[in-house]
Amino acid sequence: MTTSTLTQVAAVRLDGVTKSFGAVEAVRGIDLELQQGEIVAFLGPNGAGKTTTIDMILGLSHPTSGTARVLGLEPRQAIARGLVSAVMQTGGLLKDLTVRETVQYTASLFADTRPVDEVIEDAGISAIADRKVQKCSGGEQQRLRFAMALLSDPALLLLDEPTTGMDVEGRRAFWSAIRRDAEQGRTVLFATHYLEEADLYADRIVLISHGRIVADGTGAEIKALTAGRTVRATLPGADTDALAAIDGVTGVEVRGDAVLVHAKDSDAVARHLLTHTTARDLEITSRGLEDAFISLTGDAR
Amino acid sequence: MSVSTIDPTTRKVPPYGGFSLTVLSIEIRRMLRNRRTLVFAMVLPAALYFVITGSDEDWAKPVGSGNQAAYILISMALYGAALTAASSGSMVALERALGWSRQLRLTPLHPVAYILTKALVALTMGALAVAVVNVCGFLQGRAEMPLGVWVGSAVLTVFCTLTFAALGVFVGYVVPGENAMQILGPGLALLSFLGGVFWPLTEGSAIWHVATFTPMYGVAEVARSPLTHELPWYAVVNAVAWLAIFVAGAAWRMSKDTARV
Repeated sequence: MTTSTLTQVAAVRLDGVTKSFGAVEAVRGIDLELQQGEIVAFLGPNGAGKTTTIDMILGLSHPTSGTARVLGLEPRQAIARGLVSAVMQTGGLLKDLTVRETVQYTASLFADTRPVDEVIEDAGISAIADRKVQKCSGGEQQRLRFAMALLSDPALLLLDEPTTGMDVEGRRAFWSAIRRDAEQGRTVLFATHYLEEADLYADRIVLISHGRIVADGTGAEIKALTAGRTVRATLPGADTDALAAIDGVTGVEVRGDAVLVHAKDSDAVARHLLTHTTARDLEITSRGLEDAFISLTGDAR
Repeated sequence: MSVSTIDPTTRKVPPYGGFSLTVLSIEIRRMLRNRRTLVFAMVLPAALYFVITGSDEDWAKPVGSGNQAAYILISMALYGAALTAASSGSMVALERALGWSRQLRLTPLHPVAYILTKALVALTMGALAVAVVNVCGFLQGRAEMPLGVWVGSAVLTVFCTLTFAALGVFVGYVVPGENAMQILGPGLALLSFLGGVFWPLTEGSAIWHVATFTPMYGVAEVARSPLTHELPWYAVVNAVAWLAIFVAGAAWRMSKDTARV
């Protein structure tokens, strides 16, 4: 690792990347640039194109059109230099090897790696180093996968739903370790479908839906898109134009006799409805992260 | 503000596509730890050798430059080596199913280096199976052939096992999971009967005509040729053709499969 601010090359650069499987367009044109040292959440529902995009960053598949670069290199070239690692949620281990053998095996495939024993120690698996992988618990196997991923001291680390199955304590410890590494210049891109986790731990959230990036910003910026509340009332023949004219109203929807008003200032809407109209059965609900997520990703599920 | 960054130009690519002796030794250790492999590929052929030569009244009958026990010895070594190699081969598909192949794709290991490693594992295990039967035969003392024939047929046998390593890869891909060996085990036994490995076929008989087209026939003739001094052209064609067919089959299944590693 060297320190340099002049020649900093993007950790990941995708230019107009698309990927089709037959008639199915999994990725419909993604431009993305990740800077070194960033922790980025790749957020989106299942089937949004997250995995397909990650596979292209890892060089496991080629874009149908567009280009993918990792640290200025072809993805396979970056992999060959040990610059990229990935930790998947399941699989990827031989059950009949011991923990130490698995790390040794992986280490011997790279030109340079950190010492095997040191990596085992850091991952907290020295006590089970001689245990067969099949006898390890899910959490122990996950720690082994991390040890393998960190062997080559990668510049880019891709994680798939990294904290699934971890308790709160484990989750906190995990992310503080990730943050320490990011300060040394390691870029971390993690896929998740939980907005909450993305918001808590990422510097930046890239929201993907139907093969496109629909939002890209800090957690606060993404949340701002989701701010506001919904006022619901029974009001036959509501004057939607008058409601839409209220300050801070972002949307009005009529469903039969009910009217739904999305607004930043729900109090103003409620006051208007109760004083100027015959509205009754008033309900105010916060528009929650999941609602926003659904509205951004356009999945009415 | 100065942020630490990583300079990709300081990183090296490993030589020989990531081929490593560490991996080779771990892979061989894995095979040796597998009790099923050991029993079926090493103990069984040796036991069969003892049973057949022990009950064969004609064991001392001369065959080529040796005797009938030597003929049986080479056959059993081939059977054991074929089983071992097939089981090594079938692990390729199993590793894929476990996601290990995907894991390896995230390392500098080149696919050719991976296949080379697997082939070397199959050859080493095949050699070991051949050695076990040969040592047993030597200690028992019934098999007789000149030293050159012992060595020559043993070496030929080891190389013939590549055919079955490829068959193992092929079947492993076609039959998912750990069931591949349940098909390969009885399958190879059947092929060995047809190929004249368990007992010699009467040349010109109906079964012999069928047998000459089966995969074990050619390699068995090739492996025994230093002893018998006989190697019909159709046996060589058989051996080469089946190697080509199984390698092509394995390559076809593997390439079909890379769409989603």
